[in-house]
Amino acid sequence: MAQSVQDKVIAIIAEQAVLEPSDVKMDATLEELGIDSLGLVESIFAIEEAFDISVPFNANDPEASGFDISSVRAIVAAVEGLVAQQAA
Amino acid sequence: MKRVVITGAGTINALAHDVAGTLAAFREGRCGITELDIRDKDRLSIQIGGQVHNWDPEAHFNRQQIVLYDKFTQFTLLAAREAVAQSGLTFAGSLGLEAGVILGTAGGGVNTWDENYRVVYEEGKNRVHPFVVPKLMNNAAASHVSMEFQLRGPSFTVATACASSNHAMGQAFQMVRSGMARAMLTGGSEAMLCFGGIKAWEGLRVMSKDACRPFSLNRNGMVQGEGAAIFVFEEYEHARARGAEILAEVIGFAMTSDASDIVMPSKLGAARAIEGALRDARVNPDAVGYINAHGTGTAANDKTECAAVADVFGHHADRLMISSTKSMHGHLIGGTGAVELLACILALREGVIAPTIGYEEPDPECALDVVPNVARQARVDVVLSNAFAFGGLNAVLALRRV
Repeated sequence: MAQSVQDKVIAIIAEQAVLEPSDVKMDATLEELGIDSLGLVESIFAIEEAFDISVPFNANDPEASGFDISSVRAIVAAVEGLVAQQAA
Repeated sequence: MKRVVITGAGTINALAHDVAGTLAAFREGRCGITELDIRDKDRLSIQIGGQVHNWDPEAHFNRQQIVLYDKFTQFTLLAAREAVAQSGLTFAGSLGLEAGVILGTAGGGVNTWDENYRVVYEEGKNRVHPFVVPKLMNNAAASHVSMEFQLRGPSFTVATACASSNHAMGQAFQMVRSGMARAMLTGGSEAMLCFGGIKAWEGLRVMSKDACRPFSLNRNGMVQGEGAAIFVFEEYEHARARGAEILAEVIGFAMTSDASDIVMPSKLGAARAIEGALRDARVNPDAVGYINAHGTGTAANDKTECAAVADVFGHHADRLMISSTKSMHGHLIGGTGAVELLACILALREGVIAPTIGYEEPDPECALDVVPNVARQARVDVVLSNAFAFGGLNAVLALRRV
């Protein structure tokens, strides 16, 4: 299950970055992947649709949103958390 | 080149259904942003807005008019009636041939789109009311104003998102200044506070869930508003000859395009528009006492706008006042510049600078005098009104005390 969340999130980020999923490293930041603020908002929308979750994210102040976007790993962990909450 | 003055003003917005009430709210620093009262609010994550409450179209329009007027047209007509009444002009005679109407709106008849999509998609009906198209079209409000007041000169509608009203008023200014028209009705309106209109904005994730706090470090986004403001722009000698009361003089206008990003603002584009308006007005930067900011309360706008003002004005940036009245009436999108022009008139005529309310914490990246929370008494001679739209389209107006 955890693996599939990771794969799905990476696939979404890869599509946004126009990269192969294998080129999206877990330590990469969105900036390194060339994803700008609009791309980020679109990725979060795609994540919400893929997992049927609601991501708390305000583009004005991403750090205050409670949804860590500092790296691909952080995003995967945050989505896993939200998916687990959803299942609980 | 003719001089251009404002001889009438009208409005309806979240603060009041007229100019006097709106100016009173500006003086008091009163907030018009409330819980929304709209259909399907429970399915929205945004629950607040600068909504016009106690709106009763039957009090102003007959049944035949109401079936033709979307809310954005209703707001426009109410504001236009107030403005024309104050000006004392009648356009039924020859003046109407030299007068027109240029309005700004971003969405036009959004409520009409919303209601009729529901009918066909949600309710599954296969028939809509025959007036859907004439109600929702962006130029409906301008056309109904032309009909109500017999304005038979140049008339059209401008749609440049959040700068629509400023672009519209800039066009009207240029037409009167060039002699193409003797008087113009101008301004703008927006009525986007319906389920679809708010849902669309939610998607961008730039909306605040609690308040609009421009320039405050803890700001967390914009709040939508609705309403209209309409002005009578008139050639100065014409106004003077008939002894009209002059509210302010419009002295300059400039527009620029960032040509860079569909949502992110650019300091350079904003600065060029401000500089252009000053140049067009032939005033020095240090003559400017007050700027009505675009000031949306988003991180992107507020930082960029303050940086642009600092660049253009240099040391004088620390002496002028800059406030965002969106903190009180919300962001009226295509109508916002028009309502905000009222704050410019208040500053010039009464020496009262409308505050930026909801201001809680200084932001080092917005280190200007933003007139926090409380209105201020100050004599100013020249003011600017900024509007910087999505799509990088900027429009700045300059006004002077008469």
